[in-house]
Amino acid sequence: MNWAEIGTYFAAICLFVGAFFALVGTFGLIKLNDSMTRLHAPTKVGTMGIGMILLASMVYSFVQGQGSLHELLIMAFLFVTAPISANFISKVNIHRRSCDTPPELAKTEEWSTLVQREEDAGAHPEQTLSKG
Amino acid sequence: MMPADELMNLAIIVSFAAVAVSQVLSMVRLVIGPSTGDRILALDTMVVNAIGLIVLIGLWQGTQLFFEAALIIAMLGFVSTVAYARFVLRGDIIE
Repeated sequence: MNWAEIGTYFAAICLFVGAFFALVGTFGLIKLNDSMTRLHAPTKVGTMGIGMILLASMVYSFVQGQGSLHELLIMAFLFVTAPISANFISKVNIHRRSCDTPPELAKTEEWSTLVQREEDAGAHPEQTLSKG
Repeated sequence: MMPADELMNLAIIVSFAAVAVSQVLSMVRLVIGPSTGDRILALDTMVVNAIGLIVLIGLWQGTQLFFEAALIIAMLGFVSTVAYARFVLRGDIIE
């Protein structure tokens, strides 16, 4: 068995693992029954699923003799931006109150994520427009 | 033991099927999702799955041609997710 065959086997196994994780992550997106819990499952699609598929693509390009490490760019970009978008989506969940809200604060302070919008608040728009 | 090329073809077909099925499942969540956060999350997952499909097409055809498309879709997907979330949070994207 030479190196090309070993590389091809490795790429195939990486593809199987990536496909499995992509399926499991999206199945969790369907199956779980709470907004914040559902946030957990699709991260597996991003890191393990697509990461393994990109690794297989890299290894297979080396097997075919025109090796490239370009896919590392996509991998790094996905891994860096996944927590940021998850943070934004959880802030949306808190804002729309589709989960447990954080505890009440003192009267002079408020959570910036829970600030009511102008048309919702009505009476005191100058207080509710505070940025944070 | 299966020959390497045959196993690779089988792996590519199986991953195409799996990623396509997960694309359809996240589309189901996009339609039924009870809250706005679920819909944004389903769109984000669909973008990630689209990157996977494009990389798989590049792997299947043996070209490096589809790399730029996957990179651009990764960037646009992140920006659109953040834009949707900011629109829900603020009622405005650029303040």
